[in-house]
Amino acid sequence: MNHDPARRDFLRLVGVTVPAGMVLCACGGSGTDAHGGTANAFFAPGEMDFIQAATARLIPTDALGPGGDKAGIPTFLDLQLAGPYGRAERWYMQGPWPTGIDGQGYQLRFTPAQLYRQAIAGIDKHCRGKYQQPFVGLTGEQQDEVLRALEGGKVDLGDVPSKTFFNLLWQNTQEGFLADPAYGGNRDFAGWKLVGFPGPRYNYVREIGEYGKPYQQPYVSLIGRAPGTALAHAGEAS
Amino acid sequence: MARRMPPVDVVLVGFGWTASIIAQELTDAGVQVLALERGAWRDTVPDFATDHIQDELRYAVRKQIFESPERETLTFRNNASQTALPMRHLGSFMPAAGVGGAGVHWNGQCWRFLPQDFVIRSHTEQRYGKGFIPADMNLQDWGVTYEELEPHYDRFEYLCGISGQAGNVNGQLVAGGNPFEGPRKRGYPLPPLERSASTVLFDKAAREVGFNPFPCPAANASRPYRNPLGVQMGQCTYCGYCEWFGCGNYSKASPQTTILPVLLRKDNFHFRTHCNVTRVNTDSTGKRATGVTYVDVEGNQIEQPAQMVVLCAFAQHNVHLLLLSKIGQPYDPVSNTGVVGRNYAYQITSSVDVFQKERLNPFMGAGALGQAIDEFNGDNFDHGPHGFVGGGYIALWNTGGRPILQHYLPQDAPKWGAGWKKAMHENYLTACSIATHGSVMSYRTSYLDLDPTWRDVYGNPLLRLTFDFQPNELKMSGFLTDKAAQIGRAIPGASIHEKKRQGPYSIVPYQTTHNTGGAVMGDDPKTSVVNRYLQSWDVPNLWVMGASVFPQNAGYNPTGTVGALTYWSAEAMKRYLKNPGPLVTT
Repeated sequence: MNHDPARRDFLRLVGVTVPAGMVLCACGGSGTDAHGGTANAFFAPGEMDFIQAATARLIPTDALGPGGDKAGIPTFLDLQLAGPYGRAERWYMQGPWPTGIDGQGYQLRFTPAQLYRQAIAGIDKHCRGKYQQPFVGLTGEQQDEVLRALEGGKVDLGDVPSKTFFNLLWQNTQEGFLADPAYGGNRDFAGWKLVGFPGPRYNYVREIGEYGKPYQQPYVSLIGRAPGTALAHAGEAS
Repeated sequence: MARRMPPVDVVLVGFGWTASIIAQELTDAGVQVLALERGAWRDTVPDFATDHIQDELRYAVRKQIFESPERETLTFRNNASQTALPMRHLGSFMPAAGVGGAGVHWNGQCWRFLPQDFVIRSHTEQRYGKGFIPADMNLQDWGVTYEELEPHYDRFEYLCGISGQAGNVNGQLVAGGNPFEGPRKRGYPLPPLERSASTVLFDKAAREVGFNPFPCPAANASRPYRNPLGVQMGQCTYCGYCEWFGCGNYSKASPQTTILPVLLRKDNFHFRTHCNVTRVNTDSTGKRATGVTYVDVEGNQIEQPAQMVVLCAFAQHNVHLLLLSKIGQPYDPVSNTGVVGRNYAYQITSSVDVFQKERLNPFMGAGALGQAIDEFNGDNFDHGPHGFVGGGYIALWNTGGRPILQHYLPQDAPKWGAGWKKAMHENYLTACSIATHGSVMSYRTSYLDLDPTWRDVYGNPLLRLTFDFQPNELKMSGFLTDKAAQIGRAIPGASIHEKKRQGPYSIVPYQTTHNTGGAVMGDDPKTSVVNRYLQSWDVPNLWVMGASVFPQNAGYNPTGTVGALTYWSAEAMKRYLKNPGPLVTT
């Protein structure tokens, strides 16, 4: 099995055409930041700064393992928003657009991509007003304060309710952490190692009756597994 | 001007479970059958291959195996005083699109309803008195009995290779099975699935509390199986990707793994994909269907003449098509008259999350791998002191441990940040969840009609859903949830989070795809769209399949009963074909 997923497999899974540099960034784990250049599929450089910083606070790096930024979540979000999901291709997007009650669900005209773009601009404006810095320039504590305010629906983002954006960002962040690494997040199985999910394995006929016993096989992705990736629940002796 | 295709004997709208069964039965009877499917062709290889399908993001989260609301959706409101708004992406329920229908993405939880469920109004009146039934509850008998359906349940179970433990064979109780089930004439074709660690915990705890847990009936094959049509299925490998995925292992019963290998070889069967049926056509009398009109993949309007039309689409789509075709009297909730759209019902679910110390490896599972108790389903207990109608099962399903959607965190765990991370680390492998699965009765205030504002891509009005959980259901569900919590507390070292279902009904969080009613069956044309054989009262060469015919919903997953009713109706269709006309006269 390849460590680095084959380009064609990656494209098959992502379902969008992405620049070659992006593919390397998605799979290489080289530590270089994508947002410095123009290689991003969706985010503008300033937007990527916000996404890097926010995902690092939502899932911080600590003794249990890498945080959201290091786990490739910014890349995951970038590719998702550039693709059919970002364009709301499967959503019903015909007007009129009256406001409903919570139980009627999403009623905004924004696609997810438009929602991110509008919200990030609004958040940086809010941060410059309140802290004289964009989000990325704030201390960790201040960034958490802003995230909590978004979560509580207390930041004015124009037509986007800040709570709606926060919920979407947090939902997509979890997806990036826990989806198959083929999508660019969950880099080096960071999310799956944290919880102890071995990946899409096919046959547990023998193991299902071995109650209480740790599962021993290596972590695996739809596009292969990393050599030397011992399967151990984070913090547990392998 | 619609292009006209050569006529066929029978046209089926949709190509899922019910269409596959009807097609198999009627082609055996010698007629020409054509199925029109709005979605794509798909089969185990290559579409469900395990190195492709085990993808939680693509299928379960981005929902690529389901219908696309972009093309057609419905509008929703809780009650008639609100303005219904479009369901812009899928949430509370997930209708399928594509060959095999929901039979591709279901879990395989394959139950029989209880004998009393089919006669619920007369049974309830007899046991508790007429005054026990709330005035706005449109409770009604089905017009068919469990005894009549038993051979047809049996046929569906043997078609699918159900794994399970019988509890009542010919009136004799069998240890280890469900003691409350209706009598069956023989056991399940396959033994129960292996038990996972969490279902063992549930089993012990339920016994300790004094209940009778049993293995849930599963359309996931516990052994290799060859069904009566000669189609071979493989043994389930407990990979944990059933619901919202196709099975890559030929282990989960679906049209593809049980019927299509035989059906597709027949010269008198054909199907077309990407054909969206928009009308059932009738002649000038309005009493006879002449075929259907559909829109093909290029946007052409095509007329397909047929001697007989069978609606085999998802529950609300059948109702939508009847309303668009102006067949049958639309329901009027103010006067409680009319039938099309009447008695929409759903399911009420809740859960009790359990946090304990033993490693459970939740990712080893199967869609219908579960232990359940049935003490509080249907009328298996005295409802007198409780003052509600209905019930449900309580089960611990171990369907899989897919990490985005299938993780459980304690109530006090932080929602994000380092605390969330720690809680994920500490609970993913050891937490489990007990589910309650409750019935929903039909009410004057729960119905389907056409929306006045929003339209689908074909220019037709969207279907409008008006629905809320009523006090009867919330009370019943609360009662069930308390019983589930009792079991949860009996698990050693457990702390629990009791998640009661609260009103009002929201279309946002996924609950279940067990939408029922709107074209219900019965003995009275004033309160039903189809007779007890699922034949339209108004248009005798039109038939309606699926859960849209349930007069109200019982406390079980619907597919077993949908399968049984389809076989029951197929037998009636064979009689009809020899001597066309209404099978029930009024």
